[in-house]
Amino acid sequence: MNILVCISNVPDTTSKINFTDSDSKFDKNGVQFIINPNDEFGLTKAVWMKDSNKASVTVLTVGDSSADTILRKCLAIGADKAIRIDCEAKDAYSVAKEIVAHCESIKYDIIICGRESIDYNGGLVPGLIAGCLDYNFITNCVSLEIESGKAKCAREISGGTEFSECDLPLVIGAQKGLVEESDLIIPNMRGIMMARQKPLDVIKAQNINSRAIDKKFFKPEEKGEVKLVKPDELDKLIDLLENEAKVI
Amino acid sequence: MSVLVYSESENGKLKKSSFETASYGKALSQKLGSKLICVSFNCSDIELLNKYGADKIVNVESSNLKDFTAKTYSHVLSQVIEKENISVVILSSSADAKYLGAYLAGITDSSYISNVVALPESLNPFIVRRSCFTNKAFSTTEINGNLKIISISSNSYEINENNGDGVIENIDYNEVSSTFKVSNVEKQSAKVTIADADIVVSAGRGLKGPEHWHMIEELAEVLGAATACSKPVSDMGWRPHSEHVGQTGKPVASNLYIAIGISGAIQHLAGINSSKVKVVINSDPEAPFFKAADYGVIGDAFDIIPELINKLKARK
Repeated sequence: MNILVCISNVPDTTSKINFTDSDSKFDKNGVQFIINPNDEFGLTKAVWMKDSNKASVTVLTVGDSSADTILRKCLAIGADKAIRIDCEAKDAYSVAKEIVAHCESIKYDIIICGRESIDYNGGLVPGLIAGCLDYNFITNCVSLEIESGKAKCAREISGGTEFSECDLPLVIGAQKGLVEESDLIIPNMRGIMMARQKPLDVIKAQNINSRAIDKKFFKPEEKGEVKLVKPDELDKLIDLLENEAKVI
Repeated sequence: MSVLVYSESENGKLKKSSFETASYGKALSQKLGSKLICVSFNCSDIELLNKYGADKIVNVESSNLKDFTAKTYSHVLSQVIEKENISVVILSSSADAKYLGAYLAGITDSSYISNVVALPESLNPFIVRRSCFTNKAFSTTEINGNLKIISISSNSYEINENNGDGVIENIDYNEVSSTFKVSNVEKQSAKVTIADADIVVSAGRGLKGPEHWHMIEELAEVLGAATACSKPVSDMGWRPHSEHVGQTGKPVASNLYIAIGISGAIQHLAGINSSKVKVVINSDPEAPFFKAADYGVIGDAFDIIPELINKLKARK
């Protein structure tokens, strides 16, 4: 079984977000980049399936050479092979279309993406890939088991869980719950050494035009000073919520 | 060229979000000088959409479409899009709508943009404002392409009544075959969900253990609120993942967010930034959450919460 895990290179969750070039570009200065957390849950699951389903795991990213560091990390975590489609990741549409073009030439049984990236939060990539390839698709995926060529999966829905079954090929939007936070694999020295021997192929991009162009970024307005209420004056708090904020 | 709103229903009844999306769709169709068409699946009170200005209402009735799946619903919508000459599709930001939107964009080769917080600032070029970096920022974004799919953030657009005279139509469509089958749905029916709640009561490590959550649940019940928690609390297994709000969990866009014993790490604040009013209850006056709050109480949650519950009960 061949599994592709699509990886996005995103600012660390603790990053302060700033912009440059008259607020038209994200300021990468001093920002640490990590594997998108939703992708990492998917990658961990894929690495487990190497044992449980004799799967071969390829990781892929669309980006310039600055993304090689996280691809090496994915190899150290346990992926067998890495591919970088060499171009600047401009928007979700062009990134997804690059992945679609790759998946038209090499067939995968399961394509795993994060349900969304934590930078642009678009949530487009897995669905667009599935729609373009006419593959089965499940996002917000919290469980996945493959038995005799069929997938049993679960999706978090509003207020509950939906269980489903389908044939492969399948595209997954992964999130926490597919594996637990404590299951995430921290690369050990052996993994890091082995990662150096594993292939990292750089392939030519299709150079697809983007559909969404960010013109200008803004930060949320600064909050006014917090109104403090003494713990023994809770009536006042209720009054403020009822009559000033009008939310209860 | 018309505007199409996908009006979500649950158990045959329209969801509140479908009035938000219809209101947004109406305002957009007026800007564009076009018609508003609403489409729903197996919905019994679909005529209510007329109150929000629908010019046409399409009801898709089929026992094969009883279970929502992104693929089967998208293929019906793509036929409606073609038949009605649609230029913009409006979706809510529910889990199902976002699931559907991305897949629909794939099969129709359209331009999808999510987390949109306002009407377009310009129609030509088409420029919308959306949140990004998990609500740590916003951007104005130009969208190209003939067909656009817009998912609007919950609670970002006010419901407006607007007389419509939409005729309810059934349409002819072809169903696609799919090996994807929903086998079972488990739902906590009695509980308000974070996505739909006007008020969210959330607690963190300050509660000291899962055995103290009855206070949080009681407070939520008095307020008709959903319960939520911080990341460490879900990581420790005190509460289910589905309650985790923050950058890697769920976003919250409620009218009121009450945070109890949550220090306010940057990742948590990102997730709840879109909530309108924030109340923080924490024993640590230095907790960073106070800087992001509208109202704050510095004190022990174990004293404050029971008293707050009593006072709220007495008020009713």
